[in-house]
Amino acid sequence: MQNIAIQVKDLQKSYKKLTVLKGVNFTVEQGSIFALLGSNGAGKTTLINILTTLLKQDGGTATVNGFDVASKPAHVRQSLSLTGQFAAVDEMLTGRENLIMIARLRHVKQPRQVADELLTRFGLTDAATRRASTYSGGMRRRLDLAMSLVGTPPILFLDEPTTGLDPEARIEVWKVVKELADGGRTVFLTTQYLDEAEQLADHIAILHEGKIIASGTLMELQKRFPPAQVEYVEKQPTLEEIFLAIIGKKEEQ
Amino acid sequence: METIQNHFFSDLSVMLGRSMRHIFRSMDTIITVTITPIAIMLLFVYVFGGAIQTGTANYVNYLLPGILLIAIASGISYTALRLFTDVQRGIFERFRSMPIAPSTILWGHVLTSLVSNAISVVVIMLVALLMGFRSSAGILSWLTVVGILALFTLALTWVAVIPGLTAKSTDGAAAFSYPLIFLPFISSAFVPTRSMPLVVRVFAENQPVTAIVNTIRALLSGQPVSQEIWVALAWCVGILIVAYIFAMRAYQKRV
Repeated sequence: MQNIAIQVKDLQKSYKKLTVLKGVNFTVEQGSIFALLGSNGAGKTTLINILTTLLKQDGGTATVNGFDVASKPAHVRQSLSLTGQFAAVDEMLTGRENLIMIARLRHVKQPRQVADELLTRFGLTDAATRRASTYSGGMRRRLDLAMSLVGTPPILFLDEPTTGLDPEARIEVWKVVKELADGGRTVFLTTQYLDEAEQLADHIAILHEGKIIASGTLMELQKRFPPAQVEYVEKQPTLEEIFLAIIGKKEEQ
Repeated sequence: METIQNHFFSDLSVMLGRSMRHIFRSMDTIITVTITPIAIMLLFVYVFGGAIQTGTANYVNYLLPGILLIAIASGISYTALRLFTDVQRGIFERFRSMPIAPSTILWGHVLTSLVSNAISVVVIMLVALLMGFRSSAGILSWLTVVGILALFTLALTWVAVIPGLTAKSTDGAAAFSYPLIFLPFISSAFVPTRSMPLVVRVFAENQPVTAIVNTIRALLSGQPVSQEIWVALAWCVGILIVAYIFAMRAYQKRV
């Protein structure tokens, strides 16, 4: 049990009559990158909001870092950081001030030093004294990620971390995420970009119509869902093909 | 219940520092909440004042309480705006997912409103002093004035929290304050209500601003306060309670 970072059992959530999560199950191992894949409206953000204590589930249980999200929300919040869908930086503050603010709220020792280290690490030293409102989309996202790393929470939630970024900024974010996982952190990310999951994730789960319809490593998924068409060239199916094959099958039933 | 170390005051001071920075970096905020009320005061004293018959020799003394209420009403519209921006930009959710005392997220904005309005009230009073404002009030009267203004600010701040949390657009978040800024004009703030046509006069004499203005004016000029102080306090406390209930309901819905 020690090496499980997140455990979700039969999680359910509905908004009025709309059922978003219909009994979701999965586990995330410590130190891994777990990608939750799904189309828009599949319930990815709802799931993240429950795991980060922003939302209460209707049924089922979820534990993060060994703490139940419903009964120990404060402990859960100490174990994680959330990078939401939109770069949640304070635009009126400079990059450095944003980091110092988070550092003080997380009660780390020497907030200034922590801020400067992160600015260097994320290549924001030159822009440190500029207001975040002047940053480009990529810089803002980097600052956003840097803010999530203050206080070194063991589990990072990234909700569509590259949505709206240009390809260059995307690759930058990927690099950072890989480094984080190499450093022993658990990363839980959602994405609608299949290549992103393929690039980053150790473990992939596909959320479709409120349920996890497939889950495993990329290799496992490839084995389970071989491409239907006959090809003369030897080729591994891309995750995109796997995804579309599964969705297609589900809808035929 | 889980027990975890609570850093309410240190978290609150971070939130306060952050919002105060927003204010000092926003020229728009400073102009609207301090310079505009001062401009209105200058306009009324030096342009219209000569034609206004209030029955008092010093029109600045007469005018000041109403100007302060206008400043506070425009001040709290920025509280709504700052809260709205936090919610929209996702920093609200970031804070909520962090291990901080959850109540500091709203209280940070409320405290900022109290502090920033206190600053603009002091600045406006200093300008009024230069324009000839004089007060014969004793310490106790001054403390009562400070108390009423703080209560008024707190009540309107909780009103502002509601659109701050529920508005769909920036304009919507700020629009609710326009009637509040306008209320002093239809009160005893600028001219005595007895000069008004009956319908307007009935409205003016029974809306909260008149009672508050009259009370503050009496306190500052060292005159005995009438029963109106209870009306003024009842309005402030009433608005505060109702607004707080609805604000908390809006907050629960957001959460």
